[in-house]
Amino acid sequence: MKKVAVQADHNNPVISIRGLKKAFQDYAVLRGIDLDLYQGENLVVLGRSGTGKSVLIKIISGLLKPDEGMVKVFDQDIAHITEDELQKLRIRIGFSFQNSALYDSMTVRKNLEFPLVRNKRNLTRGEINTAVETVLDAVGLSQTINQMPSELSGGQRKRIGIARTLILNPEIMLYDEPTAGLDPITCIEINDLINEVQQRYNTSSIIITHDLTCAKQTGDRIAMLLDGQFQRTGTFEEVFNTNDSRVKPFYDYNFIE
Amino acid sequence: MDNTQSIPKHPKRLAKFKQSLSDFFFTLYKINQFILRFFREAFVPPFELKEVVRQCYEVGVRSFTLISVTGFIVGVIFTKQSRPSLSQFGAESWLPSLVSIAIMRALAPLVTALIASGKVGSSIGAELGSMRVTEQIDAMEVSGTKPFKYLVCTRVLATTLTIPILSTYTGFVALFGGYLNVTQNEGTTWTTFIQEVFEPLTFTDFVASLIKSIVFGFTIGIVGCYQGYNSNKGTEGVGKAANGAVITAMFLVFIEEVIIVQITGWFR
Ligand SMILES: Nc1ncnc2c1ncn2[C@@H]1O[C@H](COP(=O)(O)OP(=O)(O)OP(=O)(O)O)[C@@H](O)[C@H]1O
Ligand SMILES: [Mg+2]
Repeated sequence: MKKVAVQADHNNPVISIRGLKKAFQDYAVLRGIDLDLYQGENLVVLGRSGTGKSVLIKIISGLLKPDEGMVKVFDQDIAHITEDELQKLRIRIGFSFQNSALYDSMTVRKNLEFPLVRNKRNLTRGEINTAVETVLDAVGLSQTINQMPSELSGGQRKRIGIARTLILNPEIMLYDEPTAGLDPITCIEINDLINEVQQRYNTSSIIITHDLTCAKQTGDRIAMLLDGQFQRTGTFEEVFNTNDSRVKPFYDYNFIE
Repeated sequence: MDNTQSIPKHPKRLAKFKQSLSDFFFTLYKINQFILRFFREAFVPPFELKEVVRQCYEVGVRSFTLISVTGFIVGVIFTKQSRPSLSQFGAESWLPSLVSIAIMRALAPLVTALIASGKVGSSIGAELGSMRVTEQIDAMEVSGTKPFKYLVCTRVLATTLTIPILSTYTGFVALFGGYLNVTQNEGTTWTTFIQEVFEPLTFTDFVASLIKSIVFGFTIGIVGCYQGYNSNKGTEGVGKAANGAVITAMFLVFIEEVIIVQITGWFR
């Protein structure tokens, strides 16, 4: 599927981060993050291993608490809301985990139903089945419905993980390394899926990756995380049109002639 | 003599001791929070009834065989070993009541709890530990579902409900073992044996036994869940959680046994 450029509404950030800091023991991982995610765009976050990309989206979804700074999601400061408000907020955010995090004691069907039946208590059996079939169809894996996660390939697990978040119709999607560890063709399929989700579900997304093909194919905007801060933001060309020794190797390695 | 080199050792050791002491109290605090959270969340709707039933079944199935075998053997051996002491006074006829008091008051709940600590506690620890490590618990959390309720409350309820039942079952299996031994040696009939078994037991015995098993069940569930739910990232975390669950649960079971025996002593 061809990427359709999105004209993001820059007056309307769905996520807004200012001066975010996070340290583990003595090690400062995030050292003053400023970031806006605008309605409808795909924002790619690039960065080396261990720079705190996963930490960033875990803070956005309330799994980790920030040390300092402000993180607003839909104009709510996630560090200062009640459990109930956080829970309501989380339903609007889809989180695709780096290792898929499928519930390995449940079939694919049960995996997909799990968040649905617990958040919408008054659905009929028929409505639940329809919802499950719809998202499975959206990720192109209808045939796996009765399989266990251990029987799926890495790429399939990623897709089911994405389907499990789509079932709640999220407005924001957070993808943690959606293409890591997959072969190039599966990568392209996942990239297409991300773009498809963006259009079909009208989501705003943060896509974490160190795969530049993925960044190029899915990103409307790229942000480069270096030394705990976003040093370069812009389109793909803008970010990599530089001689910065911390940025260039990234590009060179990904596109070896 | 110059022994300056040995001087810094003591402050260091002291600091280490202080550190481990404060770690210990911090852990106590965290376990306390964990237990309080269980009571806060377990009894508010929506209930995960289906999952509780499934977990009860798991607890029962996991320990059933081992408990049956152990219970039976304990019954036979205890009876066999007690006979010589009684026969010194020509009091073999007291054997059924002695066996019944020992089994119903002490052995059945204790043996069941120890076996369940090993079988059930470790598997709860490992299961939740691996769910923590592979971020499945985080995944539940971010999808707006309540993992504590679904994973912890259901398992603790299941052990608290099932272990008393298993305990009663162990008691009867052990008595049956005792009966086989008695009938073989003294030729006592089943009816006489049962009569003599229930004669010395009071209502307090049953209540105390029941309370004991409930406390043991709750302990095994809470300890297993606490270890698993709070396990460290990394695969070794899973092993540690399973191991820690068994050791801590067994240790606590013994301590609780002593305390409860003391307390019920006052009511006799
Ligand atoms: N819960 C935690 N406790 C302690 N340290 C942590 C924790 N989570 C992350 N860290 C540390 O924070 C740093 C950043 O971790 P993070 O997982 O965000 O990296 P990443 O950018 O996602 O890397 P990768 O590309 O390998 O996934 C690491 O050094 C890690 O050790
Ligand atoms: Mg990561």
